Amino acid sequence: MTTRQNGKVRLATAWFGGCAGCHMSLLDIDERIIDLVKLVEVVYTPIADIKKFPEDVDVTLVEGSVANSDHVREARDIRKKSKIVIAFGDCAVTGNVPALRNRLQVDKILEEVYGGGPGKPPSTEEQYAEVVPVLLSKVIPLHQIIPVDIFLPGCPPDPERIWTALTALLQGGPVALPPEMRSFG
Amino acid sequence: MPVVTLTINDKLVSAQSDKTVLEAARDAGFEIPTLCHLEGLTPRGGCRLCLVEVEGVPRLLASCVTQVQEGMVVRTETERLHNYRKMMVELLLAERNHVCAVCVMNGHCELQSLAAKLGVDHVRYDYLCPDLPVDASHERNTRDPNRCILCARCIRVCDEVEGAHCLDMMGRGIHCNIITGMNQEWGKARSCTACGKCVQVCPTGALFKKGSSVAEMEKQREFLIWILDGRDKKVWHWSR
Repeated sequence: MTTRQNGKVRLATAWFGGCAGCHMSLLDIDERIIDLVKLVEVVYTPIADIKKFPEDVDVTLVEGSVANSDHVREARDIRKKSKIVIAFGDCAVTGNVPALRNRLQVDKILEEVYGGGPGKPPSTEEQYAEVVPVLLSKVIPLHQIIPVDIFLPGCPPDPERIWTALTALLQGGPVALPPEMRSFG
Repeated sequence: MPVVTLTINDKLVSAQSDKTVLEAARDAGFEIPTLCHLEGLTPRGGCRLCLVEVEGVPRLLASCVTQVQEGMVVRTETERLHNYRKMMVELLLAERNHVCAVCVMNGHCELQSLAAKLGVDHVRYDYLCPDLPVDASHERNTRDPNRCILCARCIRVCDEVEGAHCLDMMGRGIHCNIITGMNQEWGKARSCTACGKCVQVCPTGALFKKGSSVAEMEKQREFLIWILDGRDKKVWHWSR
């Protein structure tokens, strides 16, 4: 699928509101990761310490739900700079566990955790307005913020699922997972 | 019982005239997805997944409550039906809090497997995320309305097979909910015999054995036919 000089696909992974389990599952493809690295160049990932999402990415795997203002901004940036965006795992696909907070009010959650909890609560909103991202009132799946090309459900997606999807994609074919590989949960 | 002949997906099928289109289609080897239907309980036509196209009828018909007729021409697998079925499963997933990853029925759930089968890999609608309290007051079982699809299998088995009619449905539309003992806590409902039939017929994790953790709950559906055949036909499936 690539026309790069080194023949490699530029792959990025991103991590929003999720537990990193999907990234663990990606690493869990075991020795096949060597085959993968022969095919792709990893240009951005939370596993490596790269500060800025690069331009001209071929495929981006996005783990996690959209839960705060940073996620919204990053998602839009990723969409602009990536040819193919994959909603990677149940949190990105459905909201999943982080979305369990959706029945609660955000200010009450913050009060419960920071105001009522141990330690000193932040005194004013301005104090952390520029530092801490603002929580969205509802945790939402990725496709409600940006168009998503491929959905890879699972909590986490099984390594076999990830491998099947990635190899199909890297070989330029459509990603058509069999029913047992596309269930939620 | 007279026999009628109908056409299902271009195949001529014979069926007893009191059978439903769903029964005739399944007997002929055609798969039609269902959620509220369960062999042994009165058909309800509630989940609408078994909708089929019948030639000469402008609307779609729920095959579980449509009787076969001579000369009927039925289609069970068209693009229109597939799109509607997908849409229905997505709406079910959006209506309550179906979080498979932390559900007792993960891996054994009928809604989860049907979604995968129909190719529902994401939900196009906004999740409603309702705030529904879990009733854990019963000594043996728990009712979690967050995972309920309102198929009413539990209500029917409680009424028709156990004869207790402890379970019922209350409210309309989005406020619809399953209740126990005229909307008391389940643990206080004196009409409940604690037989657990409702738990076994529930297609999702809405009713489960107390103490089950993620993916631990598995349900036995065969018991229903075993009881009913024994009771009504005096046939006992000892080997099952």
